[in-house]
Amino acid sequence: MCAVAGSKPAVPAKPKKRTIMESRKRALTSRVREIIIKNLFAFLAFISVLLLGLIVLFLFREGLPIFKQISVSQFLFGSAWYPTYNPPEYGIWPLIVGSVIVTVLSCLIAVPFGLLAAVYISEIAPARIKEILKSIIELLAGLPSVVLGFFGMVILAPWMQETFDLPTGLNIVNASVMLAVMAIPTISSISEDALYAVPREYKEASYALGATKYETIAKVAIPAALSGISTAVILGMARAIGETMVVLMVAGGSAAIPRGLFDSVRPMPASIAAEMGEAPFQSGHYHALFATGIVLFFITLAFNLVADHISNRFKEEGSGTL
Amino acid sequence: MIIQTKNVDFFYGAFRALTDVTLDFKKNRVTALIGPSGCGKSTLLRLLNRMNDLIDGTRVEGEILFEGQNIYAPNADPVEIRQRIGMVFQKPNPFPKSIFNNITYAPKLAGIRDRGEIEALVEESLKRAVLWDEVKDILTKSAMTLSGGQQQRLCIARALAMKPDVILMDEPTSALDPISTAKIEELIDTLKKHYTIIIVTHNMQQAARISEYTGFFYMGKLIEFNVTEKIFTNPDAKQTEDYITGRFG
Repeated sequence: MCAVAGSKPAVPAKPKKRTIMESRKRALTSRVREIIIKNLFAFLAFISVLLLGLIVLFLFREGLPIFKQISVSQFLFGSAWYPTYNPPEYGIWPLIVGSVIVTVLSCLIAVPFGLLAAVYISEIAPARIKEILKSIIELLAGLPSVVLGFFGMVILAPWMQETFDLPTGLNIVNASVMLAVMAIPTISSISEDALYAVPREYKEASYALGATKYETIAKVAIPAALSGISTAVILGMARAIGETMVVLMVAGGSAAIPRGLFDSVRPMPASIAAEMGEAPFQSGHYHALFATGIVLFFITLAFNLVADHISNRFKEEGSGTL
Repeated sequence: MIIQTKNVDFFYGAFRALTDVTLDFKKNRVTALIGPSGCGKSTLLRLLNRMNDLIDGTRVEGEILFEGQNIYAPNADPVEIRQRIGMVFQKPNPFPKSIFNNITYAPKLAGIRDRGEIEALVEESLKRAVLWDEVKDILTKSAMTLSGGQQQRLCIARALAMKPDVILMDEPTSALDPISTAKIEELIDTLKKHYTIIIVTHNMQQAARISEYTGFFYMGKLIEFNVTEKIFTNPDAKQTEDYITGRFG
């Protein structure tokens, strides 16, 4: 045996060496490929961040010059928005109020609906209904906002005008309802993910302690998912405050501080979209609209930071202090 | 006799997990259920407080009597049954709430509102679970800050606060270190004066140490049920002997 083993190696040695060389070569090419792929991804990621940075830079370059004409507080808290008058007035307070009021009202509508839909889908519905409902909500999320705006304009507005005997159906309530329809899918699907992620062990513990299904949902599932649900609500609000087409079409467009829920308003995005086409290039009006964009940018940024903060904080503490 | 199972068959969909299990659990005794993985011992345990109701597509045949009443009768209320038969799980699963609120979860559901009564109950439950001295100063802290062994004793205290008659334990020490395991075993020993304990365990030494009766399961069947000493020294069935001497499983 030994002699045979000793005499043999000379023959198979050659192919062995070749395979080692081959595998080395293969390792080399796969390493090169790894490096190329890594750099490609880094490049693409860098490009998108760069583009975003350039957009922000542009926004500031075009918006900041307005503050040579008026002060920041005059701009933010001035109650008259008459950009085309002579002399023009650039107070965006009515626009901020318009944005905030439709956002808050739409959330008051969308949060209960979105949350209850999420609870039903994740905890109560049988498997088949669950699948159907989930796809309907996804469909709702994919609905173009111009379609919703159109619906609000030709169906909801005339109906409201007649039923409540209003001067116009294009008002805060109409815009809030339409924005709520847009925010519900966001709130519902993120909340549902959060509820789904609640460990099964918690629910089992609750049932084993003699809790009913509804007690388990209210006292264990929802509290444990609270961070995700808060994130969902804030992202839903961010979606509503930044939405342009719906508020442009159904909020009525009056740039005055509203006195009641059936008054028309002119939220910031609607103002920018409606007026940008008419504002002369590099005029005060043009800069004021960009500055409105900056305000909007900071509001949505704040919403996102808050959402991020909430989800991180709860993650670290394991939602410990609920 | 506090719980009796009579000719119980159990199905997960088409899969038959238990076949013809007839077994009596004696009051204020520790009964251990042993057997290899997948033998149906945990399934049987979860049948005793209707936890398997929560899994879709399951079916029970036969009768399970708790104090003479069939808990699978159409008019039996699973919530009421679970209030009388507490459960402790394999992995410690305290709620992400404070220690205090973990204990008060069940009593509050049962409608106890009086602050003094609740505080007394928390103290009593934690003392019974031999956890009081370790946590009495940190009752408002999150239960998640406790160690694994403390969490498991908290789960036992949480079940005790419900004032159950029976406590089911599904491999309660399999996720714990030896010292915590020893503490839980001591605890079981003191609890059996007041409660009927049914414990599923993978650890045969544990079954031998803490239980008075032992049931050996294999492939969904109850092979042998007897006094623990008899099972571990002179079992009737060949399969039981093979299992406890480590020839399979």
